[in-house]
This record gives sequence, structure tokens and C-alpha cells, in this order.
Amino acid sequence: MESFLQTLIAGLLLGGLYALIGIGMTLIMGVMKIINLAHGELMMVGMYIAFWMFTLFGIDPYLSVFIASPILFFLGIFIQKFLINPVLKVDSILPENQVILTVGIGMVLANLATIFFKSDYRATPVSYATSAWYLSDYWENAPIDLSLSVPWTVSFVIAVAITIALWFFLSKTDSGKSIRATAQDLDSALLMGVNVKLMRVVTFGLGSALVGAAGCLFIPIYYLFPSMGGQFTLIAFVITILGGLGSTNGAIFGGLILGIFESMTATYVGMGWAPVGRFLIFVAALIFLPGGMASLLKKKRIGK
Amino acid sequence: MLEIKNIDVSYGDVQVIWDLSFTVKQGEVLALIGANGAGKSTTLKTISGILRPKRGEILFENRPIHMIEPFHLIEMGIAHVPEARRLFVEMTVEENLDMGSLKGEARRDRAKTKEMIFNLFPRLRERQYQLSGTLSGGEQQMVAIARGLMSKPKLLMLDEPSLGLAPILVREIFNVINRIRKEGVTVMIVEQNVKQTLTIADRAYVLENGRATLEGTGTDLLNNPHVQAAYLGV
Repeated sequence: MESFLQTLIAGLLLGGLYALIGIGMTLIMGVMKIINLAHGELMMVGMYIAFWMFTLFGIDPYLSVFIASPILFFLGIFIQKFLINPVLKVDSILPENQVILTVGIGMVLANLATIFFKSDYRATPVSYATSAWYLSDYWENAPIDLSLSVPWTVSFVIAVAITIALWFFLSKTDSGKSIRATAQDLDSALLMGVNVKLMRVVTFGLGSALVGAAGCLFIPIYYLFPSMGGQFTLIAFVITILGGLGSTNGAIFGGLILGIFESMTATYVGMGWAPVGRFLIFVAALIFLPGGMASLLKKKRIGK
Repeated sequence: MLEIKNIDVSYGDVQVIWDLSFTVKQGEVLALIGANGAGKSTTLKTISGILRPKRGEILFENRPIHMIEPFHLIEMGIAHVPEARRLFVEMTVEENLDMGSLKGEARRDRAKTKEMIFNLFPRLRERQYQLSGTLSGGEQQMVAIARGLMSKPKLLMLDEPSLGLAPILVREIFNVINRIRKEGVTVMIVEQNVKQTLTIADRAYVLENGRATLEGTGTDLLNNPHVQAAYLGV
């Protein structure tokens, strides 16, 4: 029982961070109709920013969210405006060549990181890296003892706060509604006076900023190396599929489910099996729930 | 108010509009009628900038609009209610209406206009928090027209508002168009429902194969033998 609850908590904390990674990809997917396969590499860039800020200036990785996100926002805008947009305009035999372009961008980012920062594994040795809160500290006669790792919990709380802020932006402000409108019907949005070209650029920036923030939240609890991006691109991709392409709410649930499932696999099957669990759930989603979580949410009429 | 001067429009290599010219006057209801593929919707899309004319000019209040970015048009006073409604189906009715009033005066008067719209379409008040994709076809068409009106347009362009609706709903939509006209909004309507359209239209053009072949008042065209034979089945 104790280990089950502990696993569930660990899974939830991981899932909250996964959701943040997935939301960035699903936002871009919704508006641009392309899967951004450089997503994990953008997160890697965010992590290196946090790493160097910590190593050179002693800035806490959590504060680096405010540095990495704006930088990634402009990097995303740059990628969209000067790399993806020109390719969108070209008539080619491959209809998905923007997706292939994002793979290339990912490779370039990963290899630039290898050239400049070497392929060493890095981590930020923050003072609170191994501290934890224990249930027994607060409740003396607790029947079971649970612990909450401090960095995991702080990262989770910040991820939730960012997600709520994003939800507020997308559903309550005119700019957020314009982004959703562009995702749902491009021509209609244009007729309503939405500058759809600008929205595409801004959305790519926003998605990149979100994954950059996720990178800062990951670095206190994870290690960093140049080729780590691919793994996180895959995770984001699984979440996007699991959530239903382009659905933000779906991505939140998709991220949580994936986090819990991975955590369960790691505890009950074996650490090495966690990625197997990840892809098991991916295949299961494709077969049994092709519309993703979004199709379930829509039935409850809360889909967005 | 709106002047179309000798425009040619193509999809890729296929030209669908040939040297089309017509005018819309302040305060009137102008209809474009014609069969499938005559170029009616293409004409509206060209006016609202989704398509560009290969040749010719479009003037709105004496300003050329065929060169400017399409998203500026709604602020200038042109609202286009597209064919097949094209709502933002995963947004609520209210959010759809908000999307119609993103800029300028329309944004400032959003609450007031919304109130006026809910009086015009009481059904939408009941449905305002529902996802627009879950509404019936008639209700969706009302949302589409309402979304256009939210921009406080000078010219409202309606593309096949009666498409796929039951006859009783068609009559309701045409009643609404009459009321919109009384508010002083110029209306341009594209329809295949020729008889009802000509009844409410002040003037109409008949489009055939991308060319304007006939022009006249609604009553004139209703009595025109060619129109009767080709479109009214008389």
C-alpha cells in the first residue's frame, strides 16, 4: 500500500511536468498542423540555459524559467518565421516536409550543443536536490510513511501554475481565443480579423517557451546531455497522441496518465521497463482511443 | 459603397471569374444568384481577400481593398459570413460572438452588441455557454450571422445562409435578413434559393460561368423568362 501510494505520487509529479512538455507540442500541432519534432531539443536548449545560469551566475534553475522562456520564445519565433514559413510556401512532392525540417532543426540543435558544451552529462547541484518532506514529520502516528521530494514538488507546483496561467490566457483573453480560433478554422479566423500569420509565429514561440520552462523545471531533478532531446520529443509525441492532437486539456490528462503509468511500470516491473510502458500506452491509445483523451472529454462537453 | 471592376479570379490555372463588374449601393440588399460553380462564393472570397483577383480592382467606400491584408477588412466594415457556417466548433456560442468583435469600436461595444444580438436571436441567449458544434444546423447559422453582426459591419456578406436548412428555418433566416436591413446594414447575399432571395433583394445579378449575365431589380428578375426557365423551374 505504502509503495503503491508513493509510486502514484511520484507518477503524478512526473506527469505534471510531462503535461507541460506535451502542451507545448499540442499547441503548435493545433495551430500549425505539424508535429514539431525538435520539441525535445528545444527543451534541451532551455536546460542548458538554466545550467549555465546556475554554473556561471549561481541563479537558481527555478528563477531561470523567467530567462529561458523568453529566449526560447524568440528562438521559436525565429524558427517559425525564417525556417518553417519558407518551407510551407514551397510546393513539393512531400506534403510533410515541414515535419522533416523540424527533425533537421532538432539535429542541428543537438549537434551544436555537443560542439559547444561537449557530450558530458551535467547536473545542477542545487542545495535542496536531495531534501524531502516526510509525512511522519507532520503526523506522528501516521499509519504509513510517505515522502515528497522537494525539487520534484516545487517543479510540479510551478508546472501546474504555468498550465493554469496558460489555460486562463487561452480561454479568457481575446489573443488566446484567437489562437484557438486559428487552430479550429484558419479561414474563418482570418475573416474575423485575426492576423493568422502572426498567430502561427506567436504560437510556435509560445510552445517553445513552454517547453523551455519545462526544461528549467527538469534540471534540478534530471541530468543533461546534448542528445537527450530525442527522448523528450518522443514523450511529447506520445502525450500529444494520447491527448488527442491539438487538445490542451487532453494533453494535461495525457501527461498525467503517462507519468503515472511510467512510474507504476518502474516500480512493479523494473526501472528499465519504463520506456516500454510508455510505448505500450502509445500503441494502446492508437488502437483503442484513436481520438485521444480529447474524444472522451468532448463526450462530457468540457473539451476545448 | 462597394465597386467590383473587371476582376478575373483563378484557382491555380483554372480561371473561374471572367471580367466581372458590379456595384453594391448603400443600404440595399443585393443578391448574386446562379447555379453551382457559377463563381458566387469565389466572388465573396475575393472581396474578403481570401482569394486575390488576377486583374481588376475592388473598391470599398472608394478605397481599393484588393491589395490590403484580409484581416483588416472586418475593421473597415466588411463582415463575411462564410458558406457552411464555419463556426469555431470547439468554442462556446459566446466565445464565437467574441471572436466577431476583436477590434476597435466593435470591441468597445461588445457587451452592448451582444445584448442586441440576443434580442434578435433569443435562442442564442439560452445556448450561449454551449459548444457551438453541438447546436443544430439552424442555430449554427444564426451564430454565424450573429458573429458577423458583432463586428458592427457596414456591409454584411452572406454566403448561402439557407444551405441545408428546413423550409421553416429558411423563412426565419430571411426574416432576420430583413430586420438587419432595417438596422441600416447593407447586405450582399449569395444564394441558390433563388425565389426567396429575389423576393427580399432590391437588386440582383445572375452569374453564369463566372460572368454576370443579367442584372435587375428582384421583381424584374423574378419575371424574366430566362431566370424563370433556368432557376425557378417555371
